[in-house]
Amino acid sequence: MSGVIGQAVSRIDGPAKVTGSAHYSGEIALPGLAYAEIVGARVASGRITSIDTAQAEDAEGVAGILTHLNMPKVNNVPLLPSLIGGPAPGETFFPMQDDVVHYAGQPVAIVVADGLEQAQHAATLVQISYAETPSITTIDQGRADAYEPEKIFGGLMPAQTRRGNVEDGFAAADLLIDAPFRFAANHHNPIEALTTTAVWDGDQLTLYDSCQGIKAVQLTVAALLGLSPSKIRVLTRYVGGAFGAKAMVWPHVTLTALAAQYVRRPVRLALPRGQMFTSCGHREEQEQHIELGATSDGKLTAIRHHKISITSPFDDWAEPAFGVASQLYACPGFEGVHRLVRGNTMTPTFTRGPGEAVGVFTLECAMDELASELGIDPIELRLRNITDVDPNTGHPWSSYGLRECFERGARRFGWAGRNPQPRSERHGNWLIGTGMATAGYPIAFFMHTQRARAHLYADGTAIVQTATQEFGTGTSTVMTQVAADGLGIGLRDVRFEFGDTDLPNAGSPVGSNGAMMVSAAVHNAATAVRDQLITLAVSDSQSPLHGADPAGVVVAGGRMTLAGDANTGETYSSLMQRHIMSDAEAIGSWDPPPLDTPHGLLTFGAQFARVAVDADLGIIRVRHMVGAFAPGRVLNPKTARSQLMGGMLWGMSQALLEGTHMDTRHGRWANASLGDYLVPVNADAPDVDVELIEVEDHVTGPLGVKGVGEIGQVGAAAAIANAVYHATGYRVRELPIAVEHLLAHLPSGPASAAAGAQPDLT
Amino acid sequence: MRQNVLRPGLLVDINDLPLNRVEDLPEGGLRIGALARMSDVAQAAGVVQRFPVISQALLLGASAQLRNMASMGGNLCQRVRCSYFRDATSPCNKRDPGSGCAALDGFNRGHAILGTSDKCIATHPSDVAVALVAMDAVVHTRGPADDRAIPIEEFFLLPGDTPEREHPLEHGELIVAIEVPATPTARLSIYLKFRDRESYEFALVSVAAAVRIQDGAIADVRLALGGVGTKPWRARRAEASLVGKLAGEASFAEAAGQELAAAKPRPLNAFKVELAQRAIIRALMTLTNGDTR
Amino acid sequence: MQITMTVNGVSHTRDVEARLLLIHFLRDELRLTGSHWGCDTSNCGACVVWLDETPVKSCTVLAAMADGRRVRTVEDLARGGRLDPVQQGFAECHGLQCGFCTPGMMMTARWLLDHHPDPSVAEIREALSGQLCRCTGYENIVRSVRWASEHEAAQPAGGDGGTGRQAGER
Repeated sequence: MSGVIGQAVSRIDGPAKVTGSAHYSGEIALPGLAYAEIVGARVASGRITSIDTAQAEDAEGVAGILTHLNMPKVNNVPLLPSLIGGPAPGETFFPMQDDVVHYAGQPVAIVVADGLEQAQHAATLVQISYAETPSITTIDQGRADAYEPEKIFGGLMPAQTRRGNVEDGFAAADLLIDAPFRFAANHHNPIEALTTTAVWDGDQLTLYDSCQGIKAVQLTVAALLGLSPSKIRVLTRYVGGAFGAKAMVWPHVTLTALAAQYVRRPVRLALPRGQMFTSCGHREEQEQHIELGATSDGKLTAIRHHKISITSPFDDWAEPAFGVASQLYACPGFEGVHRLVRGNTMTPTFTRGPGEAVGVFTLECAMDELASELGIDPIELRLRNITDVDPNTGHPWSSYGLRECFERGARRFGWAGRNPQPRSERHGNWLIGTGMATAGYPIAFFMHTQRARAHLYADGTAIVQTATQEFGTGTSTVMTQVAADGLGIGLRDVRFEFGDTDLPNAGSPVGSNGAMMVSAAVHNAATAVRDQLITLAVSDSQSPLHGADPAGVVVAGGRMTLAGDANTGETYSSLMQRHIMSDAEAIGSWDPPPLDTPHGLLTFGAQFARVAVDADLGIIRVRHMVGAFAPGRVLNPKTARSQLMGGMLWGMSQALLEGTHMDTRHGRWANASLGDYLVPVNADAPDVDVELIEVEDHVTGPLGVKGVGEIGQVGAAAAIANAVYHATGYRVRELPIAVEHLLAHLPSGPASAAAGAQPDLT
Repeated sequence: MRQNVLRPGLLVDINDLPLNRVEDLPEGGLRIGALARMSDVAQAAGVVQRFPVISQALLLGASAQLRNMASMGGNLCQRVRCSYFRDATSPCNKRDPGSGCAALDGFNRGHAILGTSDKCIATHPSDVAVALVAMDAVVHTRGPADDRAIPIEEFFLLPGDTPEREHPLEHGELIVAIEVPATPTARLSIYLKFRDRESYEFALVSVAAAVRIQDGAIADVRLALGGVGTKPWRARRAEASLVGKLAGEASFAEAAGQELAAAKPRPLNAFKVELAQRAIIRALMTLTNGDTR
Repeated sequence: MQITMTVNGVSHTRDVEARLLLIHFLRDELRLTGSHWGCDTSNCGACVVWLDETPVKSCTVLAAMADGRRVRTVEDLARGGRLDPVQQGFAECHGLQCGFCTPGMMMTARWLLDHHPDPSVAEIREALSGQLCRCTGYENIVRSVRWASEHEAAQPAGGDGGTGRQAGER
């Protein structure tokens, strides 16, 4: 080990990104490039009765228009999450195969023109008439017909989780908490919209696609079009944020390929921001209802956790609300049930912290209520309930660290001595409150074999390759470190190459698994080359290492030496030159442990927040957040912290800002723009502190990495909501929490009462 | 235009017209060229010193990069942010007269509660216009026929039955300047803006306020509201209630209540009735406590 | 229509459509793809460039409106092979993840430091609040700008690494 793992290495892609020379999928210069614009359905349900493209076709620069009347038929492909490693369409429905409209914004035509403005203009000239039928777009509208699906989450998870007997648990309880919550839908809104550039060369298709998994794009488009994957190459190095929006492969990717085939030119499609609300899934509108039973000393006896949410007409999608929520505490009775409403929306999808961000919110707000009711400090309540084994299976955690998270987070935050009394602190017009929550995130071993290739030249430099992509997490930096470490050469001597499906297989980094699975393959490839050369050296009579035990040889700076005797050894270069080798190469592969591995698999953390609530106006500002996390081995604290800080701001945003609102009359999202869908701006961001607690893990790959991509968000919103309660004495059970929820519950009392004015509410 | 809400046949770039000056008028007023950038006006010494409410309103509007581009005349003429107006699809009497108002029973959390009609409830989005309304500004225009001086309150039209008509400008008529008369009261003035985000968002409610106290009583007061009206809302009822009263929370609350008694909220924006009153009280308390920031 | 503008010190004359936005002119006509396009509604700020001396959202400017004016983009921040301190700060302090908002952020940050060499955290946050970042949580962006401020204070502008120069100067 060279020590390069764990170093706060600055981003390898930093220079390219600060000079504007990092190219994203909409920036590939191609001769003859045409631009595509999708026309989305205006109605949420019905049929297209007529579609007239004549005027649009006559518009300047138009190269071609596809509708359901001339769109080639594609294959049906089942919905399976991209983390599994196969074809992964975002929904089983593929548009423009017939005249049926299932949701507003569903692509009904695609217009291709020489220029972007020409395509945008021509798209407005396509005349479409609809026979509209009644739509269902909210839980309320479809509640009466709610059903219990067999499986959710793309068939990956059961819709129910049960252990023990909840009725016995509630009977044994001294205290019950019963709390219903409502959550607005969320849209990911990465700043780079989903963008695809498609180029055909004969029957060979090249795609430049802003995605979370180039292999998934390759396999999905191949499956839909009935092409061999060998005919499709996806080239994507840099992606402008993803957050789950780009985890699945949405119809526009294949539509762009079909459009390029139709006009016989390279075609680029960059989704307009408005279409980002109807093209790449969302976190579904949902309600969760939790009941806790506990003894008077704060031991949980039963948890009943139900969720109802809305899905598409074609897929049973719900983000799983109680994976982590069923695992955090040693409660004997647990019952979790998902119910679904079929509605006229597209299929929801992974959104950062899918399931956990909302499910753990519900649990952790209820735990705060329980702590208040019992008069027990919220951390102490959790300490009385946490468990060294996964309560669902009884297996010990692969690694833990939750107690340390509470301890170090609390110390960093200054939790000790907190006055539990709500409304106990006021500075000027601001009520100050603090809150905390537990965080947890699953480690999902669904992926197929991961592979990487390490190629070492005789001069001691290396190229290490795998088919992953950089969407901001720091993969390209961290994998360079892992490769350098495995090979025993300097960071500057490694070039990590990625972003090409012709490279060895890497799965889609989804579910915070990127660092773990890609590093495992890269490590194994790098150490395989190292071991080849060590083996050669110890069997080479001319080598100073001749006869040595290979296990006793270490490599640093490209020089193999005996462990403990740095003077005995030689460089890779001298060995390879002597053997007239120009290079050495190995494929490294890694398979995850079996799904029934006898280990509890979670990453743990603790979240703390300090908020200020305007005592008269109900405006909420988050002043300070502390997160303490135990993500296994930290490969690069700089990239890891940044991931976690970003995740924590997502939690803040989930708590206070983000919500997409459905206008049920038209079945359309009512705030589908970045002006109306609020995400935090710089001035909203609180001071954020991140504590990293390293825990040793021997299950999660050769390096013991767990993951930091999403746990930063989990629990953060709950800590804020609990802090809002502590500041105001009022619990809001709806997200996002806004002024209107608090206004009637603030110390000042209604101004209108003071003045006697009572405006009529009509 | 980019959202296909407006489809002009001809676009004339007027940015090179010599209308970007901010002049201090001899008797203490201001004359602001229609093409002066928001960022320049916000920093002009005469504005900062004599009309802090205008400078503050500008700096709380939009974002720095937009203020660098946006002109004062353009700000007054900006179109509403109602998502139904901007989606180019929904019924909207402003965009497509007679088609109906989707906001009335739609997602209208941000919509107006004052000056509404059954044809339109879109909120006027400007911040600086609220301050200018409080300061009795005058909009100077030049048309094919003649020059006009339009008191700013008359410049913004209530939607009534013709929400498509937002201001009295005739075809070919252009704003050339905004004049702000000398207003000694403005030296003690403030603009407070309340919103979900800390920055870069339209107001849920905002208050432009100026007050002059003589012998403990309110001698002069200016009050206008943003974020709650279909036009920048001069709170004349509240002003009338306040003049001559002792400055204090009780009189402020009474005045705020009188102003908002006329509110016509919808279920999703009903909170603004209460919020606006508390904002008025906050602004007047802040001013009269001598703490202007 | 024919327009001429000076972009990063180089004069360009092109025939463009009246409806062409400056951001698309820069990206598609001049292939200066460092400035990004993110939202259609002038909300995200990924497209911020300097028009003459001030940062503007280049999606609020028609290419025709920039006729006869100077534009400066991220491609002009580094001079003489040396990164601008703002660029160094963003790279060093991890002020970016996906990097899509970064060029716009840096153009505003450069302007801020030219006019306020020692900005407070609150000033930095407000100055950059018209520009959305979805990845970083903003904390490291603020640190990046502070880093640049501190390093510029330690090494005053001058020579080929000078800062604060305006678009078009060479």
